[in-house]
Amino acid sequence: MSEKNINLKLHIWRQESPSAKGSFEEFKVSVSPHASILEMLDDLNNRLEKEGKIPISFESDCREGICGTCGLVVNGHPHGPLPKTATCQLHMRNFKDGETLYIEPFRAKAFPVMKDLIVDRVGFEKIQQAGGYVSFNTGSAPDANAIPIAKEMADLALDAAECIGCGACVAACKNASAMLFVGAKVSQFALLPQGQPERYERVQFMVAAMDEAGFGSCTNTYACEAECPKGISVKNIARMNRDYIVAKVAKRTA
Amino acid sequence: MSWLVQSLNSSIGKKFVMAVTGICLILFLIIHLAGNLTLFIGPKTFDGYVHTLEVVKPLIRVIEVILGLIFIFHIFNGTKLWLENRKAKSTKYKVNAASENSSIFSRFMFQTGSIVFIFLIIHLVTFWAAFNFTGHPETKAFEFYQIVVYWFQNEIYAGFYIFAMILLGFHLNHGFQSAFQTFGWNNSKYFPLIQKLGTLYAIIMAVGFASIPIYFLITGGN
Repeated sequence: MSEKNINLKLHIWRQESPSAKGSFEEFKVSVSPHASILEMLDDLNNRLEKEGKIPISFESDCREGICGTCGLVVNGHPHGPLPKTATCQLHMRNFKDGETLYIEPFRAKAFPVMKDLIVDRVGFEKIQQAGGYVSFNTGSAPDANAIPIAKEMADLALDAAECIGCGACVAACKNASAMLFVGAKVSQFALLPQGQPERYERVQFMVAAMDEAGFGSCTNTYACEAECPKGISVKNIARMNRDYIVAKVAKRTA
Repeated sequence: MSWLVQSLNSSIGKKFVMAVTGICLILFLIIHLAGNLTLFIGPKTFDGYVHTLEVVKPLIRVIEVILGLIFIFHIFNGTKLWLENRKAKSTKYKVNAASENSSIFSRFMFQTGSIVFIFLIIHLVTFWAAFNFTGHPETKAFEFYQIVVYWFQNEIYAGFYIFAMILLGFHLNHGFQSAFQTFGWNNSKYFPLIQKLGTLYAIIMAVGFASIPIYFLITGGN
């Protein structure tokens, strides 16, 4: 732990309320290379509190990359420039001494800024409520592995289920489209037997909720896949497209 | 039919319209380029080819109407998408890292498409109208090869033509594979091949169409 601190110049987005006009505030920090970017903000907030200033608001929870709560845009990259890494796992050793960082909230009409770096991701909740579940009969617990599932299907479903719903796909997309998120949520059930009864209704409900929530339309730039902290594949979007088209063309439930 | 309108107006529906019309236009361009390449054989062959089309004019008119509708759908829908998507992302980032997570071809589809649209209008006025109704701008004769020679000796016209064809190539490079993704045909077995095929197709179209004004600029058509 003897490595030297690195000095950074930070431009952090400050916005008092959803309706207030925000702007960047400049800070100079000296931070241990072992600290995560969130720990750097914690440090900075301690300093601000000591100085009697209002600390920077940002969200975080598990700090081990699985809850999807944190999410900052660092120099134009949601969750920072390191691929397949959530903000909480982004360590300062990945930055050079003397570097300038612009830290911004996720930008999308459907994700309004609440305060500083916190955005309201209620749109994702609406999408999940519309179809992000499977229905089953309650009663005694069923035997594990009672339904045979092909290894390939199980793998693909688990890959899709890796989505932590952080919203980086929306933040990365130039159209603020939520299709990678919805594609993953649709796919994780569409690939498994348990998801079949509601498969074609689910995709229609979730897409309708996505459109309703004000997300943009996908134009296949694949920026979402590149920025996703879990490396969710755009093949999930393709699967959602296919299921949606099948549902609309071949199924009686419109 | 309300389900159809509703479906096509959803976010996936709009993608689907772009993809279906795009694939139709991709196929049309192949036929168009094949016909144009007869210019390289000589005036007789090219004029003969255009005359052959004259023989089946009623059929050509029907195809033209369908093609026109496809173009209108593609352009109208694309513009609508662009406007809606801009609204969905009303605030931009201070630092933009888009070049590090997506291809330039995918990010400027509206811009490349718009210039190709301007090209299309000029193209229809100078060639389609001349071939069908007005004839050679000076002699008023329906000598098709001479009409081509006339326009491509104008450096500005030929230059814009070449420029538009390069952008068309950019547009097609993204559009080709994008259509397959939209239909849900993205399998790791064959999608890399589709992407390469799309790039090859885009290069053939851009080079193929642009080679014509280049040829006429250099040789003067003689």
